[in-house]
Amino acid sequence: MSSETQKILTTDGIPLEESLKKAEKKNKIKAFLLVCPLLLFLIITYVFPIGDMLFRSVDDRMVTNMLPKTYKAMEQWDGKELPPEEVFEGFYLDYKKLVEEKTFGKLATQLNYEKNGFKSILKKLKRKMKKFEEGNYKEQIMAVHSRWANVEYWRALKRRAPAYSYSKYLKGVDMYENEDGKIVQVSEDRRIHKILWVRTVEVAFFVTVFCFLMAYPIAHLLATLPMKYSNLLMICVLLPFWTSLLVRTASWMILLQQQGIVNDFFVWIGLVADDNRPEMMYNKVGTYVAMTQILLPFMVLPLYSVMKTISPSLMRAGKSLGGTPFVAFWKVYFPLTIPGIGAGCLLVFILAIGYYITPALVGGASGTLISNHIAFHMKSTLDWSFASAMGLMLLSGVLAIYWVYNKLVGVDNIKLG
Amino acid sequence: MPNNEQFVRFDKVDKSYDGKVLVVKDLNLDIAEGEFITMLGPSGSGKTTCLMMLAGFETPTNGEIYLDKNPISNIPPHKRGIGMVFQNYALFPHMTVYENLAFPLRVRKVSKEDTDKKIDKALSMVSLTGFENRMPGQLSGGQQQRVAVARALVFDPAVVLMDEPLGALDKNLRESMQYEIKHIHESIGVTVVYVTHDQGEALTMSNRIAVFNDGKVQQLSSPDKLYEEPVNSFVAEFIGENNRFSGQVTDVSKDKCKVKLDDGSEILANPIVVKSSGEKTIVSLRPERALINTKEKMENNFKGKIEEVIYHGDHTRVRLSLLGNKDFILKVPNSSANMDIKLGNQINVSWNSFDARALDPK
Repeated sequence: MSSETQKILTTDGIPLEESLKKAEKKNKIKAFLLVCPLLLFLIITYVFPIGDMLFRSVDDRMVTNMLPKTYKAMEQWDGKELPPEEVFEGFYLDYKKLVEEKTFGKLATQLNYEKNGFKSILKKLKRKMKKFEEGNYKEQIMAVHSRWANVEYWRALKRRAPAYSYSKYLKGVDMYENEDGKIVQVSEDRRIHKILWVRTVEVAFFVTVFCFLMAYPIAHLLATLPMKYSNLLMICVLLPFWTSLLVRTASWMILLQQQGIVNDFFVWIGLVADDNRPEMMYNKVGTYVAMTQILLPFMVLPLYSVMKTISPSLMRAGKSLGGTPFVAFWKVYFPLTIPGIGAGCLLVFILAIGYYITPALVGGASGTLISNHIAFHMKSTLDWSFASAMGLMLLSGVLAIYWVYNKLVGVDNIKLG
Repeated sequence: MPNNEQFVRFDKVDKSYDGKVLVVKDLNLDIAEGEFITMLGPSGSGKTTCLMMLAGFETPTNGEIYLDKNPISNIPPHKRGIGMVFQNYALFPHMTVYENLAFPLRVRKVSKEDTDKKIDKALSMVSLTGFENRMPGQLSGGQQQRVAVARALVFDPAVVLMDEPLGALDKNLRESMQYEIKHIHESIGVTVVYVTHDQGEALTMSNRIAVFNDGKVQQLSSPDKLYEEPVNSFVAEFIGENNRFSGQVTDVSKDKCKVKLDDGSEILANPIVVKSSGEKTIVSLRPERALINTKEKMENNFKGKIEEVIYHGDHTRVRLSLLGNKDFILKVPNSSANMDIKLGNQINVSWNSFDARALDPK
């Protein structure tokens, strides 16, 4: 082979590559214009909010910007003993400005997140500050409250100095950076987030398993029944899908409550005593039942679309070659449905892990999931950065699952329809 | 050879899917051991249903099927030990060629050594040695087809069923595969039941052909007999090309009958199913049995007008209007004697009464 590659020319003598590019250019522009609206939509509604969320979860500039002089003076401070006079002076000047601007409340809230007790001493400081004399602020501030003389509070103040921090993420897994700058777990009685994470994964996992167990036979029936029956069955599968999520969840509440239909039935057939009706609502049972029902179509449809493509002659071939019906199913049919199983499980698991409405309504205290906690921080505590951090942790968890799935099964094997 | 003449036996088998229509009616069919039998018929004639009943995927509504004298209606497919080649091959797409072939051996708990040996043998039989580790998706249609044949044979079944196995192949490949399957059959002597709607395929490959129509076997005989001596007008029409004259029998003697055609002329024919004068009949004549401008003395001599000439290289197909039939086909060999075949010419056409078979008037 010659090392020189000959340039291929068109009949008119233009290099072929160039000519091809020219010819394709128009089509490429057309294609781009067609995709453009979607691209913009995605950027505006997806990339941008997630970027904002990511930023918000680490953004800690509020305190930094409120106390510029304090933090400037603190740069010299080693944090071992009480800070020098300059820090106190800086803090006094910063805080005075905040009081004048009437934004000191935010600072109090933020610092109280960092260390309990900040709020009250800041309020006290605000009252006493009016009578402060110039100079020697250290002693004047320390005289306001004994906590101002406690180095812990100043350390806590210093911890908020960086403009960006990952402390919200640590909080999300029940950890924090202690006074020595080490990452440690919070005390055992306050580890609420870990329980939520574990419960969320557990619920998502079991809902996926239940969905799979129920959807597989349904999908198989759908794929093998004659058209007129399979259409009817398909409508039965899809009908709940077209009903409002709230209506479905509410109907589960009617069915499952202690005086509900299911309990009535159990009492009637003598399974349970009338005065001993089991709780099926406001706990994990309710969450499992309602979520499984709601997410079932997401498992059925991918399975169905894969099963539909499996020729019935394959099972017949398996049997005619001597395999029992079970062997033919297990060695021939089942492996061919794996792409559908993968797609369905991934879909249901991902939907379940971030599920909100159903656990919020039927979950009760022991059935709430991480998403309910995120909503709680969005709406009640207004700690948006913490909510963002948790949301991103959830997102990265989902991406991690996707990655593992890709490694194990391969994403090319997913078939959604 | 002490062949078992009733190795596979359909005994008064009826089959209905919906309780209203019989797709197979009173089927009685004996298949000898080692025979290559083809079920031939148009789609919907019941031939595939018969095959499926033999394989065990359909149960007869009435009657019984015997395999080596044992009734098999209550034996599930996987215990029948019948190999099958499916229309679309039905290779397991997630297994390699080796695994596909090993499947029937593994479920029979054949040792690893024997498995390897048998697979080697089966693959060399279909000349695919070295393809063990390919996936079916990486093979061409013809290769997949051969793997399917090898898989159906690898566990030494007594009977192999083939359900239009060559239907998806192109013409050349189909023809070469026909010979290949025929040779495999000859070399291992397995009983083959083959289903097709392609008569050329059936004539090439089979020992005997069962022509199906309307749920019934119309004729069961060797390929040559089927072509030369069709017993009814459906078979005459279905197998090969056929010129038909409809008319009424006016006189019947031992081996000849006079038939008055619809346009009034009379011809002499061979009475196959007609018994007495007055019966309606269809006379069937193969195109190659009618000669033009011949010097031989023949019983039927008529003049026809050439309506269409189609050149086929080795022969020329000529469409004539003759005795009121505008679709009378002739095959004229390409020779210097037959140069005056021109559109619109009148030519003499002759045939013997023996070749004109007077059949049922369907």
